[in-house]
Amino acid sequence: MYNRDELRERAILVKDKKAAIGPDINLEEFDAASVSHPYLADEDMCQLPEQEQQRLIMAGLDVTQKDRGGTYFQKDTSVIHCHSQQEGIEVIPIQKALEAYDWIGDYYWKLVAVDADKYTSAAELGLHDGYVIRALPGSKSIYPIQACLYLDKDGLQQNVHNIIIAEENSELHIITGCSTSSHMKKGVHVGISEFFVKKNAKLTFTMIHNWAEEMLVRPRSVARVEEGGLFLNNYICMKPVRSLQMYPTTHLVGKDAVARFYSIIVGSPGSEFDLGGRIYLKEKGNRAEIIARTISNGGNIIARGHLIGEVPEIKAHLECRGLLLNGGMIHAIPELEGRVDGVEMSHEAAVGKIAQEEIAYLMSRGLSEDEATATIVRGFLSVDIPGLPAPLKAEIDRAIEESDKDVM
Amino acid sequence: MLSIEDLQVEIAGKVILQHIDLEIQPGETHILFGPNGSGKTSLLMTIMGYPQYKVVAGKMRFKGQDITHMPINERAELGIGMSYQRPPTINGLKTRQMVKLCAKQEVDEHELARRVNFETFLDRDVNAGFSGGEIKRSELLQLMAQNPDLMLFDEPESGVDLENIALVGHTIAELLQKDGMPTESKSRMKIKLERTKMGLIITHTGYILDYVSADKGQVLYDGMLSCVSNPGEILKCVGESGYEECVRCITGMS
Repeated sequence: MYNRDELRERAILVKDKKAAIGPDINLEEFDAASVSHPYLADEDMCQLPEQEQQRLIMAGLDVTQKDRGGTYFQKDTSVIHCHSQQEGIEVIPIQKALEAYDWIGDYYWKLVAVDADKYTSAAELGLHDGYVIRALPGSKSIYPIQACLYLDKDGLQQNVHNIIIAEENSELHIITGCSTSSHMKKGVHVGISEFFVKKNAKLTFTMIHNWAEEMLVRPRSVARVEEGGLFLNNYICMKPVRSLQMYPTTHLVGKDAVARFYSIIVGSPGSEFDLGGRIYLKEKGNRAEIIARTISNGGNIIARGHLIGEVPEIKAHLECRGLLLNGGMIHAIPELEGRVDGVEMSHEAAVGKIAQEEIAYLMSRGLSEDEATATIVRGFLSVDIPGLPAPLKAEIDRAIEESDKDVM
Repeated sequence: MLSIEDLQVEIAGKVILQHIDLEIQPGETHILFGPNGSGKTSLLMTIMGYPQYKVVAGKMRFKGQDITHMPINERAELGIGMSYQRPPTINGLKTRQMVKLCAKQEVDEHELARRVNFETFLDRDVNAGFSGGEIKRSELLQLMAQNPDLMLFDEPESGVDLENIALVGHTIAELLQKDGMPTESKSRMKIKLERTKMGLIITHTGYILDYVSADKGQVLYDGMLSCVSNPGEILKCVGESGYEECVRCITGMS
């Protein structure tokens, strides 16, 4: 169980504490007051302005809800749509869960520390809402659940907390996007996410970010994967953002648990990314993989990765490739930490420009220099992600196709 | 027609080809012999238009156009294509997509791949982890889709196993329109006269000659074209006495 008062007390103590890494944000410049928006029925969703629908699609939210098992849609601070159309899968706003269900206490702030920094503090003291998505034991999501956190009001600080639970033997696929309205310029998004992958469960979580140029983003995520569980975490951000810093952590706590992180980042001029993944391998048979593809066409990207092998008979690999297209900076920081004999850990990191030889090769097949470059970049970004359901693969492919315009 | 006139080429300031004169008429296939490091690949890369091979003197013309300083892709569009010996890997680009890019139109990539026994590679990244023989078949597949008029082959048989050598040989013959069989309405001579495709093939072993008939053979030695002769004769001479002797005997050097 949990004690909300105690959580608040801990949060208050760190309300000005800067994060361990990443540029500091002065939260006082932003407005965290509630902004209410009316709830939308299914048919209202399809009545959203075309332009807005397009922006949502880019972040993975399909208003027609076709081929989706459920939807959570939050605009600014209000939940404007939330329902599951699949048996065995629950989609609940977290404020409602905190009021109505005792079991939420077993999960709320159990993985992320409420007193980590000023952002976790803000998420507790000024929580707006967020989603709880739970796959009941043995249930399998046929279609992915879509979740979208949308910012409309300029200057807003959005504080959300999400909890994702894949119960024993369940299979859950989530596509989640964050996006902003076209007129929105500046804002802060603070997002706490706690993932619980129980025994033999499979969770795929694909996040597509589609921010505005002046957005500041501070996600804080931790996952816990039990015996035989699989956590597949994909992150795609190809649109400009002022500053994004996150370092999600996963703990593999059961035998044969597996975690795989894939991220695809394009850093435009003026964008600053500091991101990575950290995975603790704590039981025999654990497997972990972190794969990052970063492109800078003028932005600054710090790509971190940290694998910690605590027991023998684990296997972990880190791969970080960066492409500098047009200035900017890519700083790859791969870390491997083997704490006992018998771990098998490796990494490869490479940062560079497109090989002239590859461009010439494609040009000799009749492509112009620009077409050749675009083809190589698209190839660079297209990572094979094993275990990813086809609709999610299609979403990622679409985001990559769409990115061409921005990358070149 | 490809015509090269008194060409001199430098790479990083060093002369690697000089006084090159070469003419390939429509329908002709030439074989390029020469020891390692003599400049054979450089000549092919120069014809294809790789900018690091700097033409400092002379001219190249193809189909009546001056291509001496034309960008690679414009030469490709004009009808020049190349089968590389060591092409780069393009990560994330599937061979299937590459074939489509080469074709620039609707193409049955599966059918083309079947002809070079390459169907199982269509969904692999271009050249990623391909063996020597696989690279050759991949290159031929791309050329089949691209269908250029002048084809430059850089050692198409090297690294190819015995089983696949016939496949590679027959495919090249087909690409160069050397495979037509006479019919009642068309004589062998007529087929030959109608042939338009041009080829320039680098070979060390000459195995390719078992499958592809060539019109002329040339020896490139130390950056210079030293002889023009019957390819079979050159091969015999090189096999018996080595390149130095071959150059000496045919050019009359003392």
